[in-house]
Amino acid sequence: MKVTSGWIDAELASEFPQLALHVVEVGCGSGKSPPEVRERLKAMSDRYTGGRAVQLRQEPVPWAYRVFFRQVGLDPDESRTPAEALALARMQHGGFKSANLLDDAIAIATVETGVPIVAFDADRVGREIGLRLSRPGERLGEDGRELSVRQLLVADEDRSIAVLFGDMADGRGVHPGTRRMLLCAVQVKGVPQVSVEEALWTAVEVITGESA
Amino acid sequence: MTTLDVQRRLLLPEVDEAAARRSLREQVARLESELGALFCSVYPRTGFDWRVPSSGGPRVLDLRELELLRDGLAERLHRVRRELGERTFAEEERRGLIERMLLEPARYKWVRVRNEDIGERGCKEYRSVPRLGPIGLLLGWWRVKISSGCPLAT
Repeated sequence: MKVTSGWIDAELASEFPQLALHVVEVGCGSGKSPPEVRERLKAMSDRYTGGRAVQLRQEPVPWAYRVFFRQVGLDPDESRTPAEALALARMQHGGFKSANLLDDAIAIATVETGVPIVAFDADRVGREIGLRLSRPGERLGEDGRELSVRQLLVADEDRSIAVLFGDMADGRGVHPGTRRMLLCAVQVKGVPQVSVEEALWTAVEVITGESA
Repeated sequence: MTTLDVQRRLLLPEVDEAAARRSLREQVARLESELGALFCSVYPRTGFDWRVPSSGGPRVLDLRELELLRDGLAERLHRVRRELGERTFAEEERRGLIERMLLEPARYKWVRVRNEDIGERGCKEYRSVPRLGPIGLLLGWWRVKISSGCPLAT
């Protein structure tokens, strides 16, 4: 497994010097989760208590994402960080529900490391993925909704493909026909690189069923 | 340089906005850390308001928006701390009441204190009730009954 670094627009890098994007390609699509993945989710649910969910705000990695959310104008109590959203779902549903292989892999990686991951269909996005700010009058994925000024985006060399920690442009996400996926993890200030790599390794390991 | 330019430069000193934004982001991080610690110490009490208005992100916030965010976090922190202080004071008083109830149950007839009232988890409650029902009521035999906890899930 080879983790590559995505580009960061100079203006964005000057505002958030420690912001980074790490990308890994997986040579398969999603699908139904095998029994061992569902079993792993169940075991993880049993280990995840209410006390841990409350303490999440004091764990360094989830806290770093929470701070980043605040700094970019997101209210983490409204737009939950992925780790907190999973904790809340665990408390509300009594366990981590299995959805599909990709979502389960992302849930396992995020709960274990605190690092959020987003996946794209590798055949539907460009070769170079990065982070930049929106341009005046720009639309999400060229023909989607209009973006507000200086919004943080995940983009390829041609167009925006998703709002950071937000919605994705139509047709860029993983669908049942996807043959290759790009898993992306955003590193923010306070998150060690090893945590980000571990998150990506964990997700790849769950998806491929073999050690990364 | 004209006189007007000189006057303007003296009146409006140049501000390194990027450095100011960095400093404000650091302050936001510190306040968020304190708010997170407070959130954990408040548990299991409920009913606190943690909301701090956001500015419709994710985007690069300007100086004014960051200042508003910082002030909003500081204000929220202050309010929750004050509210927590008031609650813990009331809880301490109720703990004292439990001790007094245990010493003199007959002085606190029918008084009930729940775990929730003393900032603790669970459904345990302390009730001053007559011993042996109506007999205790007639003879003035009172005791504090401690419930065994939450009812079992059905």
